[in-house]
Amino acid sequence: MRNVLVVDDSPMIRRIAKKILEELNFKASEAEDGQKALAAVSAAMPDAILLDWNMPVMDGLEFLVNLRQMPNGGAPKVLFCTTESDVKHITRAMQAGADEYIMKPFNKQIVKSKFEEVGLC
Amino acid sequence: MTQAFAALQTFLLKSSGLSLDREKQYLVEARLNPLIQQAGLKGLPDLVARLDADRVLAKKVTEAMTVNETFFFRDRAPFEGFRQAILPELLKARARTRKIRLWSAACSTGQEPYSLAMILDEEARGLAGWSVDIVATDIAESVLKRAREGLYSHFEAQRGVPMSHLVRYFTKRKDQWAINQSIKARVDFRQQNLMADFSQLGVFDVIFCRNVLIYFAPEQKRDVLARLARALAPDGFLVLGAAESVIGYSTEFRPHGENRVVLTRRAIGESSLPRGAMG
Repeated sequence: MRNVLVVDDSPMIRRIAKKILEELNFKASEAEDGQKALAAVSAAMPDAILLDWNMPVMDGLEFLVNLRQMPNGGAPKVLFCTTESDVKHITRAMQAGADEYIMKPFNKQIVKSKFEEVGLC
Repeated sequence: MTQAFAALQTFLLKSSGLSLDREKQYLVEARLNPLIQQAGLKGLPDLVARLDADRVLAKKVTEAMTVNETFFFRDRAPFEGFRQAILPELLKARARTRKIRLWSAACSTGQEPYSLAMILDEEARGLAGWSVDIVATDIAESVLKRAREGLYSHFEAQRGVPMSHLVRYFTKRKDQWAINQSIKARVDFRQQNLMADFSQLGVFDVIFCRNVLIYFAPEQKRDVLARLARALAPDGFLVLGAAESVIGYSTEFRPHGENRVVLTRRAIGESSLPRGAMG
């Protein structure tokens, strides 16, 4: 079973995302900010990361930049999952190495579609 | 089955070819209850009783029952097939005329023809100097209006749309996403009932007729497929929806390559039996 790390400072979002991912046959783990996410991926690199942008301690963009510099950091598919929905943010995400971009609010259909886009569904 | 439901079945078969199963009661309720309420009617029998005399209402009923869901790059594989296999073949086959005609039949709110337009834009370098027409039709004016507007909700603009395409081909307008004018301009939307004569649309090199024939009654399906064959160039391609098939409804097409939803026309006299079969 593939692993997805859900990185979001909102417990509700993490819960909803986890439920959707489990329905799509993924195993989901959580982290509430970029720094905790880095610790999580250092311990075990997931197959994919659902990544919020705006978080305390370390935001999603900074996490992604750090991730891609790690050994094997290029491996996981990173899908931003954020309320930021302007072209500037999407472009910055692409430039930093994101594989896809989900704009909140999201539903199962969107998550499935985006995971198909990155080849995991 | 109630008399009203039976009358509705007859009406829809005649007006649009749509075959309404007995099990579709829930669909009838979902789609027609709003109309019934809007018109201040008492229920389905009341609605059905007015269909012969009230053409506006009849049109609304047909449209409500035939509107179908669609999304960008639906099922992915046919679009990849179009880009990687069909288009290169047509570029060779049409090198003299440098003209290609595509038809998105039953285009609903436009996502299918716009997906084709995006592919054509991406392949622009190879298509320099070519004329590529995209004709997109639907029976329902309401969805054509939406398709022409090219304005999509937050969810519609994400489903099937890679982020690179969102950035390149869409512009955010408040909560919605507008497809860019350069893509809109490539598609010619027209109203067309597949049950009616569509020969005036001309002959096409590729016809996308996806996820609509499944709703037709067998006789209507045979009729539409026969006419689609005549609307397709002898070396043209018919693309169906996932899991759709013409088997039992037409002997005029054969699968093209491995993708079983891409079909080409059989040559006149070509057997429809598999090779090696007794015939």
